[in-house]
Parts: sequence; C-alpha cells; structure tokens
Amino acid sequence: MPSVLFFGPARDATGTRATLIEGRTLGEVVASTVERYGEELARLMPTCRVWLNGEPATPETPVKENDEIALLPPVSGG
Amino acid sequence: MGHDDWIELTSGEIPLAEIAAWVVRPGCGAVDIFCGTAREQSDDRKGVERLEYEAYEPFVVPKMSEIATQARRRWPQVGRLALVHRVGPVVIGEASVLIAASTPHRPESFDVVRWCIDTLKATVPIWKREIWEGGADWGLHAQVLPEVAEVPGPDR
Repeated sequence: MPSVLFFGPARDATGTRATLIEGRTLGEVVASTVERYGEELARLMPTCRVWLNGEPATPETPVKENDEIALLPPVSGG
Repeated sequence: MGHDDWIELTSGEIPLAEIAAWVVRPGCGAVDIFCGTAREQSDDRKGVERLEYEAYEPFVVPKMSEIATQARRRWPQVGRLALVHRVGPVVIGEASVLIAASTPHRPESFDVVRWCIDTLKATVPIWKREIWEGGADWGLHAQVLPEVAEVPGPDR
C-alpha cells in the first residue's frame, strides 16, 4: 500500500507524520486521505502540493505498492 | 561543479567562518554572503523563543542542488556557491540559512545570492514552526511551492 506523508500544518491537521492509504491513482489516494482525516485537512488541500516519490504528479498517475506520497503545505524555510 | 558547491541540511550550527573562507576563489573579486537568523518576533507574535524547522529531508539537498545548477546556468561567472539550511530547533540569533557566492565582480554576487535565497524560500520543502510566549504555530507568509525553473530571474 502506498504511504502518505504529512508535513507542517498538514501534520497538525492529521495528528500524524505518515500513514498507509489504498488507491489505484494519486487522485484516489488523496481523496481517501481527505475523507479519513476530515475537515481540517480538506481546508488545507487547496494550498497543498502533492508529490509522488519526490516529484510533482497529476491525479491520474497510477500508484504502486511502495510509492511515497507527500502532502506539502506552503513552505516557510529560510 | 561538484567541489565548488557546498549544499547541506544540518541539525548543527552553520559553520559561517568556514564557509566564508571556503567560498573565496583566486579568480573572484567578490564574495557575497546572506544569513537568515532566527528573530524574536514575527508580525503579532512577540517574544519568539525559538524556531523549529521541519523538512522533507530526502528532497532538501536535491532541491538546493537544483537551485545551484539553475543559478550557475543564469550566472555562469559564479566561482563557488554555498546553500546551507538548518533543521530542528534554532535559538534566537542563530543562523537558520546561509547563501554564499563568489564571482569576479560584485553586481552578480549580489544578484545570484538574492535569487538563491528567494528561490530557496519558495521551492525547498522546509517548514518553520515559531514558538513564542503563549503559543506555537507554523511560519507566516508561507509560499505555495513552485518548481525551481519557474522562479523568474535574473531579468526580473
């Protein structure tokens, strides 16, 4: 099952750094993730970037067993 | 390139003096160094005690390397170039980020360093948490991640 990682405000919204979520495509995994964690994460999603194995990817992209999906809220390094 | 780039994510103090000495090149008459330091206030957040940086660690150095590559493409005169960022707790007054560049002449040293820090703040997966008197929250003025190649410059 692909793993989903949460950073910054997304980690606060879910209360976890990582979880495993099923889905055939990136879009499906993201939708199930939002469904699982609810309103607070849903509010963040419009500003989040989604990376698949460290690269931006479209919702149609198929996901495999050991893929790593990351939800990246707006960054604030520096 | 390789040996002329210093790209690092570190949980220890940034070695400012060491980088300042390393960045100097015989063919370069200009060195510009930018340091971002942890500040005790952030807009309405007074009495900030410390910052805590969280990173998507495996992708920080690759992103900063991409910034270095793009910077060299845009400013081929660059001699040495350093991009160093902290992760974990940073106390007030310590450097959280450092950019250093050597170039033959000063205008491009300012330009490349400014472009690198602006691009780092927008594109590298790092989040700052501010811990102040009576609260803790993520950094204000966060930026929605563009790709490095999408950041404009040098002809802004």
